[in-house]
Amino acid sequence: MPMRLATIDADYFADERDADLQVVGTPAPRADARGHVMGQTQYFEDVHYPGMTHLKMHRSTRHHALIRGVDTAPALEVPGVLRVLTWRDVPNNWYTILRLIGVEPDDEPVLAEDRVLYMGEPICAVVAETEAAAREGASRIRVDYEELPAVFDVEEALRPETIVVNPRHGHNYFTYEGHNCRRIRFGDIEKGFAEADQIFEFTYQSSPIEHAPLETTGCIVKPEADGRLKIHSDTQACYFTLDNTALTLGIPFNRLRVIGGTVGGGFGGKVDVMVEPIACIAAQLTNRPVKYVYSRAEEMQVSSPRAAERIIIKDGVTNDGRILARKITLYVDAGAYSRHSPYGTTKAAAHMPGPYTIPNVWVDAYCVYTNRTPSSAMRGFGVTIADFALESQMDRVAKALGIDPLVMRLQNAYRDGDMKAHRKLVEGAALIEVMQRAAELVEHELPAAYRAMSSTDGRGA
Amino acid sequence: MARLRGRGFAAVNYPTGMNLGGDPSQALIHSTTTGTFVITLSSVDLGQGLKTVVAQCAAETLGLPLEMILVDTADTDTGPHCMGTFASRGTHRVGNAVIMAAREAREIMLEVAAEELEVDAADLETDGTGFIKLKGSEEKKIHVVDLALAAHFKQGKTISGRGIFLKPKSEPVPETGEMDPDSCQAHACTVAEVEVDDETGIVEVLNMYNVYEMGRALNPAMAHQQIVGGAWMGISHALFETTEPYYPDRAHGPTDYSEYLMPGPADLAAMESVILERPAANGPYGGKGIGEMTANSPIPAIANAIYDACGVRVESMPFTPEKILRGLDALRTANA
Repeated sequence: MPMRLATIDADYFADERDADLQVVGTPAPRADARGHVMGQTQYFEDVHYPGMTHLKMHRSTRHHALIRGVDTAPALEVPGVLRVLTWRDVPNNWYTILRLIGVEPDDEPVLAEDRVLYMGEPICAVVAETEAAAREGASRIRVDYEELPAVFDVEEALRPETIVVNPRHGHNYFTYEGHNCRRIRFGDIEKGFAEADQIFEFTYQSSPIEHAPLETTGCIVKPEADGRLKIHSDTQACYFTLDNTALTLGIPFNRLRVIGGTVGGGFGGKVDVMVEPIACIAAQLTNRPVKYVYSRAEEMQVSSPRAAERIIIKDGVTNDGRILARKITLYVDAGAYSRHSPYGTTKAAAHMPGPYTIPNVWVDAYCVYTNRTPSSAMRGFGVTIADFALESQMDRVAKALGIDPLVMRLQNAYRDGDMKAHRKLVEGAALIEVMQRAAELVEHELPAAYRAMSSTDGRGA
Repeated sequence: MARLRGRGFAAVNYPTGMNLGGDPSQALIHSTTTGTFVITLSSVDLGQGLKTVVAQCAAETLGLPLEMILVDTADTDTGPHCMGTFASRGTHRVGNAVIMAAREAREIMLEVAAEELEVDAADLETDGTGFIKLKGSEEKKIHVVDLALAAHFKQGKTISGRGIFLKPKSEPVPETGEMDPDSCQAHACTVAEVEVDDETGIVEVLNMYNVYEMGRALNPAMAHQQIVGGAWMGISHALFETTEPYYPDRAHGPTDYSEYLMPGPADLAAMESVILERPAANGPYGGKGIGEMTANSPIPAIANAIYDACGVRVESMPFTPEKILRGLDALRTANA
C-alpha cells in the first residue's frame, strides 16, 4: 500500500506564511514513540505497591428500576473481601462532571441510591485482597428491583406523557437558560423557505460508538504517610480528575495528587472521572492502595460512548444551488446522565449550519435523557455526526439539482468577513482552497470561475 | 453480481479549543545549570505528540536546538494547571502558554549573555545550535551551557519564564445562540473511492485523498499521522463500529474485540494527503488543532461514494452490509 508523508503545498496563502522557522515545521520524532515500540513506556498499571487491593463494581442488571433493597452480606462472606461500599460511604454522592465550569444540576450519583437509570449503573463497590475475590464478591450482591418503564428513543423521551428518566432534571431534556434546547436563530427561516425554489428535508441517524482504547479506564490510589492520596491515572485531564474527586470526597484539593500523562488511547473516553473518586474512598476506608480498572466489557458497555444522534435537515435552495434557508433539529442521546453531553450539544449547535454562508438559519439542538449508558465526550463530539449529516445533505441536494457536488459547496462556502449563524465573523477561512486542492488531487474538473475563487475575497453582500 | 465503484466528496471545518472558551493552561520553563530548559506542565500527551510540539515551540522561541528542551508533565504537585487534553485544544492552548513562558526566559537568557559578553542585549541573537552571539560577530558568543552556569553561580539569576493561555468564557445568548465558541477553524476536504459488492453488501474503501488546512503544521510528520489515524477511525465509524447494533434497542451489545468490529490493517485505504497552511493569528506559530477532525470528513465522503457507486443513500451509521443490501433491494423494488 503506498503511504507517503503528506506534502505541504506552500503555494496556497504564501503571503501569510512565515517561512523563517527553524524547529517548528520540522518532522521531529515523537517523544514517546521509541518507548512505545521498545515496550518501555510505563503506564499507570505498571505501578505496583505492596498490599494493593482491588475494587470491582456490582452493577445494575435493569435499564430502569427502583431499588427496594440491597443485600451486601453474601459479598462479605467471600474470603479476601475487605469492604463493600454503598452510596452511604460517599461523602458527596451527587455530581455532574462539568460542575467545574458551572453546569447544573448535579444529576448523577457515584453509587446508585434508590433507583438505577441504566443497565450497568454502579450500585456497590467491593474491595478485596485479589481481583478474583473482588469480582466474586461483586457477583454475590443481591439487589431487589421494582422495574420501571424504560425509554430508549429520543423523540419518545420528549413526549409529555413519557416517564421522566432522571428526576433531577424533572423532564427528559437538559435546560439551556430556560429553553428545552440550545437554539440558533439567524435571519428569517420562513422567509427563506418561501423564497426557495425547492425544499429538501432528510433525517440522519448514528448509533453509539466506543472509544476502543487498548488500555481501559482505571487508576491506582495510594494513601501516603502524610495522609494525602496519590492517584496514578490514565485520565486525559489531571486537574479535572483532581478537582472532581476532591469535591466528591469533601476534602481540600491539596489532599490529592494526580500523576498521569501516559494514556493508552483516550479519544475523549478518559475525561469522565469515573474510577478515581470511588477508588479514593476505598483507599481512605481501608488505608490500603486500591486498584480499580475497567474490564473490557465495562469499557465497551458501561463507559460512556459517543452519543447516538438524530439530525433532521431541511434546506430551502434556489435552482442554481444557493442555500437560502437551513433548519436543523438535532437530538443528542445523552443516556441517563449529563456528563459532557450538554456541552457537546451546544458545540453541535455552534457548528451549524456547517462551513457555509446561509442567510436564514434555525437550529434546535436537544440534549435528551434516555435509559441507556450515559454518552459523553468522544473525538469531535457534536461535530462528527453533524458533518455526516451536513455533507450527506450537500451531496443529495447537489445531485437533485444536477449540480457538481464541489461546485455546490464552493457556491455556498464561507469566506472571510461572512457572518456565521452564531453571529461571529468568519476569519482565516480556507474551505474553498481545500476543495480546490482536492479537486486537483483527483483530477476532478472544476469550471474556471470556481478554480479562481478565494476565501479572502469578501462576498461584498 | 458486481463490484461497483464510486467516488464521494466531503468538506468540513472544525473549531480549535474548548467550546465557548474558559479553558486555561499554564506552562513554566526554567533552565537548569546544564543549560537544558525544562518545561513544566500538567498536560497529558495522549500519544498525539503534545510533548514534542510544545518542545518544538519552546526551541523555536528560545532559539535553541530541540535537544536542549525537556518536558516534565502530568504531576499535579509540580505542574501548573491545564484544563486537559480534549477539544483539539492541547497544541493551541499549551503551545501558546509555552511560547509565552519561553519568551520571558529568552529575555533573561539574553540579559545574562549580555552581561557575560559585555554587550547590549538588543545586539544579541541565537544561532540555533546553542550559542548566543553578537550579531555580525563570530567571536563574541557564549554557549547556553556556560551561560546557565554563569547565571546561577556568578550573576545569581534564574533563567525562567511563566506562560498562560486563556480564551475568556463566552456566554451564549439564549434566544439567538449568539456566541464566540472557538479560537479558529481548521478545514478539510476528503475524497473517498469505494467499491461496493452488490452481492454481499460489503463496502471497501480503496483510496482516500485528504487535503487539510491546519494553520501551520508544527510537525508535519505527526500531522500526517493524525490524518492517517483519524481517517482510519472515520472508516471504522462509517463502516463498522457501534456498541448498540440495533439502536435504539439495547440488545446485542458487544463486550470484546471479537464482537466489536473494527477494520484491520488490510482495510485501511491507500492514502494521499496534502497540507495547506493559513496561519491563525492566535495560534502557536499559526497552528490550529486538527486532532479530532481527522475522523470527520471520511464518514460523509464514504457515504457519498457509496451512493455514487450503487445508488443507495445511507442515512444511518454504521453503513453495514445489511443496510447496503436492504438499500439495493429497495432500489430494485422501486425500479421493478
